[in-house]
This record gives sequence, structure tokens and C-alpha cells, in this order.
Amino acid sequence: MRSSDTDFTDFHGFRVPIRVNQCNPCLSSFVFIRVHSWFSSAEFMTTAANQPAPPLLEVEAGSSLWHDAWLRLRKNKMAVGSAVVLALLSLACFVAPFASPYTYEGQDLALGASAPSAKHWLGTDQLGRDQLTRLLHGGRVSLLVGLAATAVALLIGVPYGAVSGFFGGRVDAVLMRIVDILYALPFTIFVILLMVMFGRNIWLLFAAIGAVEWLTMARIVRGQVQALKKQEFIEAAQALGLRRRRIILRHMVPNVLGPVIVYATLLVPAVMLLEAFLSFLGLGVQPPMSSWGLMIKDGADRMEENWWLLIFPGATLAATLFCLNFLGDGLRDALDVRASKD
Amino acid sequence: MFRFILRRVLQTIPVLFIIASLTFFMLRFAPGGPFTQEKNLPPEIEKQLRAAYRMDLPLWRQYLLQLGDWCRGDLGVSTKHLNRRVSEVIAKHAPVSAQLAVWALLIGLVVGVPAGVSAAWRPNSALDYLPMSCAMAGICVPTFVLGPLLALVFALGLKWFDPSGWNDPKDMVLPAITLGAHVAAYIARLTRGGMLEVMSQDFIRTARAKGADARRILVKHALRGGLLPVISYLGPAVAGLITGSFVVETVFNIPGLGRYFVGAAFDRDYTMVTGTVLFYAVLVIGLNTLVDIVLVWLNPRLRLE
Repeated sequence: MRSSDTDFTDFHGFRVPIRVNQCNPCLSSFVFIRVHSWFSSAEFMTTAANQPAPPLLEVEAGSSLWHDAWLRLRKNKMAVGSAVVLALLSLACFVAPFASPYTYEGQDLALGASAPSAKHWLGTDQLGRDQLTRLLHGGRVSLLVGLAATAVALLIGVPYGAVSGFFGGRVDAVLMRIVDILYALPFTIFVILLMVMFGRNIWLLFAAIGAVEWLTMARIVRGQVQALKKQEFIEAAQALGLRRRRIILRHMVPNVLGPVIVYATLLVPAVMLLEAFLSFLGLGVQPPMSSWGLMIKDGADRMEENWWLLIFPGATLAATLFCLNFLGDGLRDALDVRASKD
Repeated sequence: MFRFILRRVLQTIPVLFIIASLTFFMLRFAPGGPFTQEKNLPPEIEKQLRAAYRMDLPLWRQYLLQLGDWCRGDLGVSTKHLNRRVSEVIAKHAPVSAQLAVWALLIGLVVGVPAGVSAAWRPNSALDYLPMSCAMAGICVPTFVLGPLLALVFALGLKWFDPSGWNDPKDMVLPAITLGAHVAAYIARLTRGGMLEVMSQDFIRTARAKGADARRILVKHALRGGLLPVISYLGPAVAGLITGSFVVETVFNIPGLGRYFVGAAFDRDYTMVTGTVLFYAVLVIGLNTLVDIVLVWLNPRLRLE
């Protein structure tokens, strides 16, 4: 075996890389300690029996899965960079209304559409409204919709999937049949109908998008809970006589949390995209409020004369989606979640 | 296999029923109606119109009669344009959208699959990073940004194409690219993931040990399994293409069905909206079912379930 060969061991469904090195005993013992301090799995302890007995206390002092994931995430430069950009952008969006000398609806008709300048950094639109202010203001809407709709999806999807996975049997069959049927509906079409028919109300937008996006979340949670139920450590916890509540809170929830966090992070850009799409069609946020989709629509209508009205909102939206996707991918790698299990 | 197909086809019936009912009641309970416009109609005429569209009957009778019509394949007459049957409108405008979608899908496959394969062939090399960065960009730049941008550069700037319209074959290029870029990006990522998964399996190692060269392994052994995720994506892709067509047809001013649907929803054109939704639903569900059947046919392991 070459020294660079990487092997994988299974730990509760998480694949843990171990570097195996047979020519260098010093290194393999180092690896041994590292793996050892990572986890305290029973499976591992049996292998440990052949090695010089390690002090048991060290096992307890090992870093948790979360700490470990954090270390791995920190090493991922793209993910960290994305997180920083997102943090700065959100900060700017929420501080902007207090810091900017302009308001999002304040018009300056005499000025009209003007190219970026020292006074208006990103130019103004045809009504003379400062684009940077509108962009940041629209960012509040976009980010809020992203977060709120994801929260709705979490609120419905997680309990639904958990109940389905935990109780299994007939409950599971019925609940999952419903999800299957809902999956087959062309949902974007229904969201469009809903927005056209029942006024373009931002709360309805949250609810509509959230109601569409919980399905995959429910499936992921169900798969995870089902797999967990069969794991030995849950059985062991039951054998030890732990209460059901403690088993769920202490042993199930932390293990389900990883995939949920990863999927939620990837859900936010999807939701933002849907909001921008609806606003672009004139179905989301209504003027004079601003949202990125709405600004892109205005920009697309006037791109011949005023290119900056299309480029800046478009680039901002794309960059945000880029960062969110990278962060989601980074989290997935860090928590080592494999794609949904169905 | 036959029983599986039969079961899958039968399963679509309740789904279609739910879609039809949901659309029907959503429209009826929404504020406003097809005949409430800025310019009020004389009451007698409105009364006659309502009678012609059975809107004077109690809701449950409207619903049952409507279901009967649908079962006979009758989608009714548009409530906005009284001289047009919904089926005629669909027959006239759906082919335009379909043409666009087929080109977009082709672009997606022709660009996406090779990009994904090359990325999986040499993971973590330039051959991987370059196409995958492009794919990430393709996913993050929405259709409604890409479309206007392409129009800005290639139609208004370089004057290679017309910015809008649907008159000669050249007009198809920009819309098809706009719609296809997203699909290509997804397919590239799925192909890469699927190929990497297959490449790590034992039979690939066996093939390699027996001395098969890299290209043969890739094409003969890995591609079959590696493309399964792409095939299962094709069902949802069609739904995505329909959604995308709403945007692309608006941006490039194309007389497709997508634009018609959005317009009909704004006009509260009851029959037109339900007709289009049903048409889309049959399309999406039909293709999803087809993809499921193809997947089972390709992957014997699924047959056991």
C-alpha cells in the first residue's frame, strides 16, 4: 500500500478518511490518535483492542462532530469567503437605509437615468432614484424572502418527515403518498396562479414559496430518521433505558441536523431565485418597493439606453446565489452529508 | 414490468384529478372574475355571458359539469377571447414552446454531458475546475438575467441576431441558449457526480486491472451507470423548461404558450388558465412517468422494489 492511499471507514453513515501508512509506524500511530480522538464509536473500540491500550479518558475529551465540521469548513477557502461576502452584503442591506442619503422611493425626475457617478455610485434609474439604495433595499426583501420561506419549509418539512420516519408503517405510507402526489404537481404554475389571483402580497409570497419547498426537506428528514432508527447506538440507548425524549433530543436530533442545515442552505438560493423570477414576471414585490427581480425587469426593459440598470442588479443576484451555493457545498463537505437518500 | 408500467400510469390519474380540482377552485375563490373589467359590461350581456359559461349555476354543479367536459377532452372556449377554443390556442402556440424546449434540452445534453464526463475523468484538475466553474455560473445566473444580457451583447451590440421576434430560424439561437444554459449546467454537475460514483466501484477497478484503456472504461463501462442521474433529471428538467419559457418568451417576444399562460392568469381567463394548467400537468406527469419507466428498464436493481 502506498503511503498516500486513503481509506474510508464508516461512522454512522459519515465517511471518515484515514490515511494508512504501513512503512511509518510513527505516522500511523499519529493517525490512530487522531481518529481516536474524533470519535468514540464502539466499532472503533474493537479495533483498538489490538493496539496498545489508550487512556479511556482521552476518548471523552475528543472533539465533537460539530467542532470537527467547523475545522473542515474553515479550511474551505471558497466557503469561508462566501460566508464573509454574504455577511457583508446582509449587513450593508440592513444598514443602508440609515446610512444612505437617499431613500428607495425618492425621485429626482430632473436627473432621470444617469450613469454611475461620484454622487450616485451605481447610477440612477429613469425616475432618478439612487440605484445603490434601491439595490440594498431590494436585498432586504430578497434575503428576507429567502430566509422566511426557508423557515416555513423547515417548519413544515422537518416535523412531517420526522413523524413519517419515526413511526413508520401505515403512517409513513400515507404521509409519503401525499408527498409523492404533491411532488407531481407543477408547483411554479400554482405559485404564479396564487400570486395573480390573490393579490401580490409579500406574506403570501413567503407562504406560497415555503409551501412549495418543504417536500424535499420532508423526504430528507424521513430518510435520515429511518436510517438512524436502525443504528446500533440508538438500540444501545434504548437498552440503557433512556427515555424516548432523551433519545430523540440527544441522539436523533443532532444526527438529523447536519443534512437539514445543508439542505436549508441550498434552499435559500433556490427560494431567492423563485422570488426574483416572480418579481420579474410582475407577480412578486410591487413598486415602488424594490426587489432584485423587479430591478432586473426594469433594467431588461431599458438595457439599450441604460446598461447599468441591468448589470448591477443582475450581478448582485448572481453573486449572492453563487456565495450561497458555495457555502452550501462547503457545509455539505464539512458535515460530510451525502445527497438525499431516496 | 408490464404491471409496473400499468401501476405508474394509473397513479397519474389521482394526481391529474387533484390538479384539475385545485385549479378550478382556486380560480373560483379568487377575487375578481373574467367579466369584471375596468369597463363594465351592460348587465344583460354579462348575464348572458355568465349563462353561456355556466357561471350562473351553483359551484358544485359547475364543477361536476366541468369535470365531465374534461373527461371528454373538451377544454372549452376562452372567456377572454370569445371566438377562440382553448384547444386551438394550445395547438397553435405549444409547438413554438416545444421547439424552443427541444433545442434547449439538446444544448443541455450536448454541452452538459461531455463537460461532466471530462470533469469526472480527471477530478481536481483544470479539466474539472473549468467546466464545473462554468456550470456553477450557469446555475447562479438566472434565465431572466442571462436572456437580456445575451440580447444586449449579441443582438444590440454585435447585431448578429434580432433582439426579439420569431420569424426566421436564426431567431431561435439566443432563446434556446438562454433556456439551455441552465439545463447544461445541471446536467454537467449530475454527470460528474454520477460518473465519479461509478468510477469508484469495483467493476471499474476490475476492468482497469484487466488492462482496458481509459477511454474504453469511460465509454463502455462507466457511462451507462453514470448517466442514470441525468436521465432521472430529465423529468424535472421539462418542468423547469416550462417555467423558463415564461421568462424567455417574455424577454425575446416569442409567441409561445408560456406567455399565453401568464397573460391568461392576469386576465382571469378561467377556461384558458385551467386548460393550460391541465396541458402542462399532463405533459410534466407524462414525461416523469416515462422517465421512471426508462430508469427501471435501465437499472434492473430498481425492479425488485
